[in-house]
Parts: sequence; C-alpha cells; structure tokens
Amino acid sequence: MVAGLLSISLMVLDHRFNTLESLRSTLSVVLYPIQYLASLPTLLSESASEAITSRDQLEEEREKLHADNLQLLARLQKFEALEAENMRLRALLDSSFKVGDRVLIAELMAVEQDPFRQVVLINKGKTSGLFEGQPVLDANAVVGQVTHINPITASVLLITDATHALPVQVNRNGLRTIALGTGLINQLELPHLPNNADIEVGDLLVTSGLGGRFPPGYPVAQVVAVEREPGRPFASVVAETTAHLDRVREVLLVWTLTPDRPQAVPAAEETAVTHSDVQRAPEANE
Amino acid sequence: MIAHASGRNYIIYLTLLMGYFLTLIPLPEWAQTFRPQWVALILIYWCMALPERVGVGLGFIVGLLLDVLTGTLLGQHALGLSVVAFVTIKLHLRVRVMPLRQQVFTIFIILLVERLLALWSTGAAGYPTPSLWYWVTPVIGMLLWPWIYILLRDTRRRFHVS
Repeated sequence: MVAGLLSISLMVLDHRFNTLESLRSTLSVVLYPIQYLASLPTLLSESASEAITSRDQLEEEREKLHADNLQLLARLQKFEALEAENMRLRALLDSSFKVGDRVLIAELMAVEQDPFRQVVLINKGKTSGLFEGQPVLDANAVVGQVTHINPITASVLLITDATHALPVQVNRNGLRTIALGTGLINQLELPHLPNNADIEVGDLLVTSGLGGRFPPGYPVAQVVAVEREPGRPFASVVAETTAHLDRVREVLLVWTLTPDRPQAVPAAEETAVTHSDVQRAPEANE
Repeated sequence: MIAHASGRNYIIYLTLLMGYFLTLIPLPEWAQTFRPQWVALILIYWCMALPERVGVGLGFIVGLLLDVLTGTLLGQHALGLSVVAFVTIKLHLRVRVMPLRQQVFTIFIILLVERLLALWSTGAAGYPTPSLWYWVTPVIGMLLWPWIYILLRDTRRRFHVS
C-alpha cells in the first residue's frame, strides 16, 4: 500500500516536475556497472569481428575512405568561397548569423531501453558538458535530442518516438510544418498539411530551426507517401528518416555557436571536432 | 539494498541481477517485443519461496532500479513490482501447492497485472498506447515459468537459501 502510494507519487513528481533528476542520475551512476556488463557481449563480439577482419577488407575500406575524403575535400573548396560570400551578404543584411557548430562524437551503448519507446543511451554525460534538449545527429541527418543527463551517460529521445515533434520545412520550397514521430522505427508523419499543400513524394525535409532546439538546415527525412483524400481536410504524409535510426552506432552531439552568446563548451575534449566552416542559415530570416 | 538478514541472501540479489542483465542485453529488433518480464518472474519466485524474506519493499526497490536502468518513468516498474510482490505474497500458500501446470495460469494473471499497471502509468503520463504486441510478454513469461521455477528452486536448494 505504502509502496504503491510512494511509487505513484514518484511518477507524478517525475512526470510533472524535474525534482527527481538528481535521484535518477545518482542511481544511474550506481547502476552503470550493470549497464556496462550488459553491453559487454556486444562490445566483445564487435572487437572480435574487428580483430579478424582480413587485410583485403581493410584495404578495400581504406580505398573507399580515401575516395570519400577526396570528394569531400573537393566539395569543401567550393564551400569556403560560398561561406565567405554568405557572410558578406549577411553582413549587408545586418542579420545575425551562426558562427558554426561544435560537435562531439558519442557512442551508443548496447543497452536495451523500453521497447515501446524510441530511446537510446549514449556514453557521454554531464562530464562532457551535455545539456538537456541538445540536438543529436549522425553522419547523414538528425537523430534526436538529449532528454536525461546522467554523469556518464545520457538518454537520447529519437525523432521517431511517438512523443517527439520536430519543426521541419520542405527543402524544395520552404514549406514549414511539424514532423511527428510514429513510434515505428525510421518513420515520421506530417499530419498538419492541408490537401492542397505543395508536397511530393521524394521531397527532402530539413530542420527549420523554429523550435529553437535544432539548428536549421539539417536533413531530417524524405517523403515516401502522400495521400490526398478529398473528404479529409488534411493530407496524410509519411516520411522516412534520412538517418538509419535502427543501425546507428555513433552519433554527433552539437553545440551551436552564436557570436553573441556562446554555449558553455567543455574546454578540451579529445574527440571533439570543430568545424566552424559549416555555415547555417539563421533563424532570424524566417 | 535491504538490510542483510542472516543466511545467504546474496543469492536472491544475484538472481535479480541476472534478471537485470537479461532485461538489458540487446536483442534483434524483431525479438525485442517478445522479451519476457524477467525481473518480475524472478521476484515472483522469491516471494513465493521466501515470503518472509522478500516482500513489497524489495519489490519496490528492485522496480525503482529497473526504472533507472531502462529509462522509464521513475516509479512505473516500482509500482508494478510492488503490486506483484504483494499479490504473490497474498497467494503464496495457495499457489505453492499447485502443480506447475496450474501455477502457470496464476503467474499469467500476475504478469498481466504488472503489464496493465505499466500501461496505466504510461497512459496517465500521456504516452500513446502501444501496439497489441504489448500483451504477448505475459504469455511468454507464463510459458517460461516452469523452467524458471525449477532453475531457481534448484539454485535455492543448492545454496541452502531459506
């Protein structure tokens, strides 16, 4: 009876207020060894498969990386000129602009969370300077945002979770809408588009930056189905995430740097990469 | 966790720890929904075997830790598992003497109650209702019960936990 009441009040406290975050993070530190041990089989099998990769495979991979690198460098050359031009134009318009983004690489922990929610655990936490609501990306697109921060781990709510909504815009024409998670892996829905909205299968959705959480301009998903029923006020639009949420192993945590209010960023982190050459369109222009 | 009584209580904690591992170990995508409620099953066994040692309090703590481990609402599993412990202790005299075939159905009901409470609390917190696969775990737990029962009983006898 007492336990029941206690757990109900705990749930209310946890849901309504943020008072229990400290309890949760303290307990999570104590329980970290259990999570680590549970992820050990996966880690071991991965390192074993790495150890027995053949020389051929390694060479093949090296070739591929080399080719990729060349291509990216070539693209970057054009990028720098564009960036300078962009800066100049923005200065003319007198609009604020983002200096760039700072990213930190985190690995997913091979630990199962609630199977009916799209949440993953990553191996970076408060000690790496994460903050709540921080955007999480992978190499291709937006993955999700940080929800709970513990000292050494953090949980990330994926954009496909049924409680997640993300302000997006269609890259082709700038049409703004909201992408809701469906609870199914790799699938989003756009329920707020009227029947006559200009949206087609194959359209790329990018973050619009309107919520203030995600930096604008990152790819999110691609529209895979548009159904317009004349009897219904809204079209039903389904999109597939660009990030492979079911296969992602490493994610990037993003700090958006603005000239006026730079985010608190950990001083020196070995894995941290700064790419200030990435220029994003500012939210102020929308 | 709870005050160390005499005897070999650590065996109880070790089996519960095993339950945590089995809950956390990653499975392929399709198998995730079929993962049985390991911790609940192990807790039921201990409540039935040693109701004077294992009770609602331990159920609550075990559930709270499970909440932290799986990232659910703090108190969701705590509520479910304390109710599981309570019901099992209320029924233990009757269920203990049943043959295993018959026990299985009582276990099914208890596991179902745990799922129902979890659904109720996530629903109250505003999460959407999960698909019908949500209800398959009590069935799997029920089918696994005879093996879990025999395994834990033999463990208990070997280490003389009583």
